[in-house]
Amino acid sequence: MHVVEYLVIFAILLAVVAFVSAPVRRALAGRSDDAGADQAHAGSLAELEAAREAKYRELRDADLDHRTGKLSDADYDELDRTLRGEAIAIMHDIDRATIDEQ
Amino acid sequence: MALIGRALLIMALGTAGFGIGASIHGARTGRREWVDAGRRSVYALAALATIAFAVLEDAFWRNDFSFNVVANHSSTTTPAFYKLAAAWSSQEGSLLLWVFLLSLWSSLILFLVRKRAWEITPYATAVLLGFAAFFTSLAAFWANPFTTSANPPAEGAGLDPLLLHPTMMIHPPMLYSGYTLLTIPFAFAVGALITGRLGAEWISLTRRFALAAWLFLGIGILLGALWSYTELGWGGYWAWDPVENAALMPWLLITAFIHSIMIQEKRGMLKVWNVSLVLGAGTLSILGTFLVRSGILDSIHAFGASTLGVPFVILLAVMVMGSIGLIVWRREQLRSDARLESLLSREAVFLFQNLVLVGMVFVIFWVTFFPLISEALTGTKVSVGPPAFQPFIVPLALILVLLSGIGPIIAWRRVTVANLRRNFALPVTAGLVTLFVLLFWPGGPSSRPFALIMFALAGFVLTSVVQELWRGVAARRAMTHDPVPLALVQLIRRNRRRYGGYTVHAGLAVLLVGVAASSSFQHSDDVILSPGQKAHVDGYTIRYVRPVETVSSQKIGFGAVLDVTKGGKHVTTVTTVRNFYPSQNPADGLIGKFFDTSNADSEVGLDQNLRRNIWTVINAQPTPLAPLINKGNSVFAAYAPQVMTKAAKLPPGQAQSAMNGLWAERDLAVTEIARRFVTHPWPTEFLLIVAPLVSWIWLGALIMGVGGLIALWPVPSFARRRERVASPARPTAPPPVPVREPV
Repeated sequence: MHVVEYLVIFAILLAVVAFVSAPVRRALAGRSDDAGADQAHAGSLAELEAAREAKYRELRDADLDHRTGKLSDADYDELDRTLRGEAIAIMHDIDRATIDEQ
Repeated sequence: MALIGRALLIMALGTAGFGIGASIHGARTGRREWVDAGRRSVYALAALATIAFAVLEDAFWRNDFSFNVVANHSSTTTPAFYKLAAAWSSQEGSLLLWVFLLSLWSSLILFLVRKRAWEITPYATAVLLGFAAFFTSLAAFWANPFTTSANPPAEGAGLDPLLLHPTMMIHPPMLYSGYTLLTIPFAFAVGALITGRLGAEWISLTRRFALAAWLFLGIGILLGALWSYTELGWGGYWAWDPVENAALMPWLLITAFIHSIMIQEKRGMLKVWNVSLVLGAGTLSILGTFLVRSGILDSIHAFGASTLGVPFVILLAVMVMGSIGLIVWRREQLRSDARLESLLSREAVFLFQNLVLVGMVFVIFWVTFFPLISEALTGTKVSVGPPAFQPFIVPLALILVLLSGIGPIIAWRRVTVANLRRNFALPVTAGLVTLFVLLFWPGGPSSRPFALIMFALAGFVLTSVVQELWRGVAARRAMTHDPVPLALVQLIRRNRRRYGGYTVHAGLAVLLVGVAASSSFQHSDDVILSPGQKAHVDGYTIRYVRPVETVSSQKIGFGAVLDVTKGGKHVTTVTTVRNFYPSQNPADGLIGKFFDTSNADSEVGLDQNLRRNIWTVINAQPTPLAPLINKGNSVFAAYAPQVMTKAAKLPPGQAQSAMNGLWAERDLAVTEIARRFVTHPWPTEFLLIVAPLVSWIWLGALIMGVGGLIALWPVPSFARRRERVASPARPTAPPPVPVREPV
């Protein structure tokens, strides 16, 4: 009975080692497709994209606040202008980061 | 199978250790293959934990009493559903459940972000694997669920009767899911602090997991309250028990975090505050786990004294010191990008709300740990109860409800006085009308000022939410001309975070109305009644109609049928039972073991509707049966050895038959003794409670849960939505800032 249990344990251990070490073994064999990617750059781009998403959300929130009467026309126009300016600045940063990456 | 279980735990520990090393090495050298190996370690850990948990469940299902944990927490008579759930009623099994859930949630987040956040994720992976390694090592070396006995008993001790309740079986996985989900924002916050990527990215990655932690922890807390109300026999749903508080504290902090991250997303403010909240919530989730397992504070929910306290104290110290160190190290990058423009803005309301929530956490923490603090300072362990919490928590809860009504009707950044007047007019009127109507209501709540204020504030909140929904629907219909129901659905669908949040606020108001009403206007009476006698509680007449008794192999029940009338009219009939479970102590005797008062639970007789609950419980004691039980013990103490000696000399088939005869006579004796509760009833103690609006607590929690689900439901990103309709953008093309579209 114990022999079967030991065999099962050994099989699981082999499977785990094979699965976990696969990326390292692939890299050692020279088959890594994305080793050495510019992670810092990708990190900056991801930060900017997250900021863009948040800014879009803020624009929509301001729009909804205006339509439901929480913002006056004057306040909304000023806020919308500011937010769009900020969004455009983020877009330009994203464009620059994308060109740098390419 | 136990050998496989033990080997799986060791493999899981090794996998976690390797994953930590691989992730940190990958992050420091920028080598993706090591980062990927770290992520795969989490997946492998999840697979190993799943198999290990399946092995344990299989042992419970097969009544394999060679597993010590099965012998101590299950029996052949334990119902199948509870058998599967008994795994986490033990210290050992619940540690494995922790590892299992943590590995599943960790795998999910790492799978979702596998192509994003390449800098933060490896460090977050290492932190998550660190937690997994900690709990796996506890399960492997301190409280191993796979330890076995060479001489297993023929029958197990059975599940604690108090846990034989459906909610109690779902409650731990919900609570542990909440706790383990809280480690995910914690881990990503640590990753963001280490890498200095402290912008919007780590928040966007973990916001949904923070919400899921809030939801699961909330469901866990609610189920615990429901169990307390219907099982523990004291008539309440919240006792400010240390373990209840330990779950509430991280829930309050993560509630604050869910609100304050919106300010960081929109304004780049409160970065220090947000990382502090999320690190604090993660630390409190471990503190809660520590309280359940260490036995340092007395609690009905705890596993009792154990040796797990020291490792937990070390982990908590590392988490607290590490969090403080990282925040101090990154203090320059954590400076706010903007300042608060006006105190009349939604971000200011969120900030006040955050302060109130954190204030609540401080109060709960201080009072919960006061017995330990007093013992450390004076040598005397001072006991504290609900009265120590209420003077602080009640006013803070009132402020919280007020702010939850103001938040939805005030705009971001700033508002004009004219807009403020327009938006507040109806909700404030509703609140004032509620206040005045209740103030002058005959026999109304004017004698309880806090409850009165809570009702008025709830009126304000509910009106503000309804007003917001109505205005949103009107705004949408102005553009689309949709019918009202469709416009409402579309409005919520397109603005899930906003309207999910408003729904939660409405649910909170309903829940706290239930709490205020049921705690302020509850009537209770502790009475001793004989069959036919009556008691009067809050205008209701409750008559003890007749006693009932049940005898089975699992328990003996002494119950009562109670008839409830009001003004001579029949209201309801309820039945309440006190169940006694067989003890495993031979000193109780062959008959006395079935009447063990220390191994008992209560079935509540409950009639509930939205207006009021009639809650009854019988506290029947077998004391008058003591002479008969003692006599039975004496008779069987003399008779049983004779039968056993004779049986030992017989062939196996006849021996079994002789023993069966002995047990049949014993069961007959137990049944006859128990029947005397019906044939010769004695005066019995009852606790009778009439409380208004208790059901509002469960209803409010349900509304909050629905709101949480709406907010949690994934929506496509704005960029992706736009890409579907726009032509492929060139890098130099004008940026596609959103055009105005229906709300």
